[in-house]
Amino acid sequence: MYTEKVMDHFQNPRNMGEVENPDGVGEVGNPQCGDVMRITIKVDDEERIEDVKFKTLGCGAAIATSSMVTELAKGKSLDEAQEISKKVVADALGGLPPQKMHCSNLASDGLRKAIEDYRSRHPVK
Amino acid sequence: MDSAIFLDNAATSRTDPEVVSAMAPWLGDNFGSPATLYAFGSQAKIAIEEARQHLADLIGADPKEIFFTSGATESNNWALKGVADALEGKGRHIITDKAEHHSILMPLRYLEKKGWEVTFLPVDGDGLVDPDAVRNAIRGDTVLVSIVHANHEIGTIQPIAEIGAITREKGVTFHVNAAQTVGHVPVDVAALGCDLLSLSGHKFYGPKGAGALYARRGVRITPLLHGGSQERKRRAGTHNVPGIVGLGKAAELARKNIDAEVERLTGLRDYIFDSIEKNMEDIRINGHRTRRLPNNVNFSIEGIEGESIMLSLSYPTTENARPVYISTGSACVSGSLEPSHILLALGLPAELAHGSVRISMAKEDTREDIDYALSALAAVAERLRSMSPVYKRGNKQCAAGAQGDGCDCEAAS
Repeated sequence: MYTEKVMDHFQNPRNMGEVENPDGVGEVGNPQCGDVMRITIKVDDEERIEDVKFKTLGCGAAIATSSMVTELAKGKSLDEAQEISKKVVADALGGLPPQKMHCSNLASDGLRKAIEDYRSRHPVK
Repeated sequence: MDSAIFLDNAATSRTDPEVVSAMAPWLGDNFGSPATLYAFGSQAKIAIEEARQHLADLIGADPKEIFFTSGATESNNWALKGVADALEGKGRHIITDKAEHHSILMPLRYLEKKGWEVTFLPVDGDGLVDPDAVRNAIRGDTVLVSIVHANHEIGTIQPIAEIGAITREKGVTFHVNAAQTVGHVPVDVAALGCDLLSLSGHKFYGPKGAGALYARRGVRITPLLHGGSQERKRRAGTHNVPGIVGLGKAAELARKNIDAEVERLTGLRDYIFDSIEKNMEDIRINGHRTRRLPNNVNFSIEGIEGESIMLSLSYPTTENARPVYISTGSACVSGSLEPSHILLALGLPAELAHGSVRISMAKEDTREDIDYALSALAAVAERLRSMSPVYKRGNKQCAAGAQGDGCDCEAAS
């Protein structure tokens, strides 16, 4: 059902955990749906994502997409990271089963929320 | 599969090697049809009648009351639609409960669309149907009651004999889906007081695609499949001879070993319950603790989701070299956004239904296999909980068991 890449990220997730003293936090999903993701980011002086970590409750796809989104986002500028879409994440994993595209592919939303949280705390002067 | 531990036997079971051997000739040179009159076909006729006798002996029926089908889904469809059709003139009301298998619920939804009225009785927190609720639901136009013998997911065994006494008294036809019990616990149609009973071969070490419907002599039921005169004109279609022979063999073997297996598996089941209660935190046992299939264990693990548990266990790692196969009531495996309707019917909040695990054992499982599976499961749960943003140790959500509001995934996506 899942690609090898999905299974790899599911079994060996990258960047799992929480960034200490995060500059932005994004939480999406709902335990009643079986999926909750929490993305924490550390942003450097040039507004690049210096560090990003995830914690996820959910199925294999939910965990793999969370892991992949952190890998894609690390080192990117906030503007670039904001452009990471569900499709980009799914493609990077070699595809997801259709029923998993929406329900369990919320990691990019979580990342965007973390970036918004950072921006709300650091308004443009 | 060599080193694998298969604990998903409520879904399907490994065909017994003796069953495979019994079937083999009928897949090879003995390809004749029992419906033909020449001697070549009559061997097949003798073989399926032997199988019918074995099955009848297993459930305390007369062989003339056994009709071969393709499995429990066909038997359930036939029982529900066949009785509805035959008794339409008497009334159009059917009673069942909310925790039935989809092969009961879906035919009944179909009948609802065709104008029948169906009462879906609630179940209690352990999944039990109240016989008094059945009595109270029976009306003048009620023609059929259908209640599962044991639930495939939570293993709860229903008070079938009590319900059977009520339907008998009221003169209402009573169907029992016994797909999970036949071959696993003693089943006697007279003691249960049922008129119709569905069973399936592959649930008790027989082949897939072979099952039966028991129909008590005199019960009114229209055929589901019309055509040739097989099965005394009740079920048309050339007999699945290898499948039927295999089903008969499985019945013969089950009858020999049933009492010892009930005792052995009940011991293992209770050992699992004791072990998880002792060694795992924040879990909730689903289904009745003792009025339960000997091979069924179901519990929810707070703070994590079932598909990820199932997947982790099925892929061996360096720490866990043996794959372990289990099942879950999570929405992620149902193909819909909703978790198991059975767990929700017990009053479980959706998040605990998503985190449910079903272990269903087989006759080959040993205490050693179970210990291995439980330690792998504990390690997986620990790892997934360390990843979970919502799990807090000792949260006691499992104890609270509040009803959830349902899933809002569409809005979230």
